[in-house]
Amino acid sequence: MQAIGDWFQRLYDTTGLNFSVFYDAYDWGRYLGGLKMTLLLSVTTILLSLIVGAIGALMQGSPSALLRLPVNAFVVVFRNTPPLVQLFFFYFGLGTMLPAVEAAGMRVPLLSNVQWAIISLSLFAGAFNVEIFRSGIEAVPRTTLEAAEALGYTRLKAYIHIVLPLAIRVCLPALNNNLVNLLKTTTLAYAIAVPETLYAVKQIWSESQNVFEMMVVLLATYGILVGILVWMMHRWERAMHIPGYAR
Amino acid sequence: MATSWTPDQPIVQCVDVRKSFGALEVLKGISLSVRKGEVICIIGPSGSGKSTLIRCINALQPITSGSIQIEGIEVTDPRLDKLALRRKVGMVFQQYNLFPHRTALQNVMMAPIHVLGQKRAEVEARARALLAKVRLAGKEDTYPGELSGGQQQRVAIARSLAMRPDIMLFDEVTAALDPETVKEVLVTIRELAEDGMTCILVTHEMNFAREVADHVYFTDRGVIVEHGPPDVLFTAAKDERTQRFLSQVL
Repeated sequence: MQAIGDWFQRLYDTTGLNFSVFYDAYDWGRYLGGLKMTLLLSVTTILLSLIVGAIGALMQGSPSALLRLPVNAFVVVFRNTPPLVQLFFFYFGLGTMLPAVEAAGMRVPLLSNVQWAIISLSLFAGAFNVEIFRSGIEAVPRTTLEAAEALGYTRLKAYIHIVLPLAIRVCLPALNNNLVNLLKTTTLAYAIAVPETLYAVKQIWSESQNVFEMMVVLLATYGILVGILVWMMHRWERAMHIPGYAR
Repeated sequence: MATSWTPDQPIVQCVDVRKSFGALEVLKGISLSVRKGEVICIIGPSGSGKSTLIRCINALQPITSGSIQIEGIEVTDPRLDKLALRRKVGMVFQQYNLFPHRTALQNVMMAPIHVLGQKRAEVEARARALLAKVRLAGKEDTYPGELSGGQQQRVAIARSLAMRPDIMLFDEVTAALDPETVKEVLVTIRELAEDGMTCILVTHEMNFAREVADHVYFTDRGVIVEHGPPDVLFTAAKDERTQRFLSQVL
């Protein structure tokens, strides 16, 4: 580790390229903190958006209009408005209307900016996931469902054992895209001062005057994070491959 | 709901069954009865309502009026326990409709485990025996997409049998098969019939119908034109429509 720090220190001394995060412990700490926050945002919003998508798609396929209507309204609202505006709406709009609570002798908002970012981004990506799951569910042949029905499966049991496993395989490529977008969209949390990677890196370049170098670090960071996500999704896709199933 | 059914009564009893899709009446008063262990073939031109009829028998489609009783269970009862009905009635489709994400063995095991809650080990032993019975021993771990049409159809038959039904419905099960694989499926069905399974077949295989059926029904435009033992119906049909149909297909 020391060698890497020394190398970047020398790079700065000889060329003026200041990658302060790699030799300055304080900058490194801030960068690492930002990275952890980005990972927290990404993992929780991906999981929550998948749950929103699965429940939404099940409700959307229901015979009852009472269940279908709210889902359709939700999808329209969250798909037709910009995610940054949604984030502001939740944090500045709803956030200020909620009562404050007592914590450690201080009056603090009921939900923190991190929690609002998670809620807002999960709903945003979840709306897209509803539509993605629906496309997969609609690709399951009606006759396959009929066979399940003739074997005594109820709607819910058929959904769990037959429809979802087939639907998820059909919609994985689209889901893949949406989750990649979601990971990148977590940078919007910057706008409500969530200390994620973009926020941390911006603080570093303001103080160390190394905008170009930190921009490179920032782009590389997201490039690698998305690379890891895509690799995991492809592994999942391969694990779910069905021999001889030509869809 | 009549529950006092005894095996000497018809196992399937349809009385004046009518079924409309919008303004189109597909079944115009069908009555037939099947005794336990009997093999019934329903033949007739395309669009005569054959498939609709057997889909109505296991309540995949509701009928407009009339009565269908399976072992005394009234299928048209709004409080019908569909699970109870489907335990008694197995169905095999033209397009096999196997679950593509599960192996042949898993396809056979799924419903008894998920629907009837039976023990995995016991179901697996039964499923292996059923696959052997339809001559697919060795194909247990193969996925449907890797099997030929005839093999898939035999898995579908084993899958239905795993639920231990009293009646099997076959909806044009050889219509989508290559000519050379038709035979292997028909052999399987004939063995079932010989074992005493009550079978209702919608089929275009006239020679097969003639050979295995106890009774043949000829339908045209939503009515049963005539019915009788195959020897009589195929050689001495009384109705002119039956004669014309038979002369075209035989």
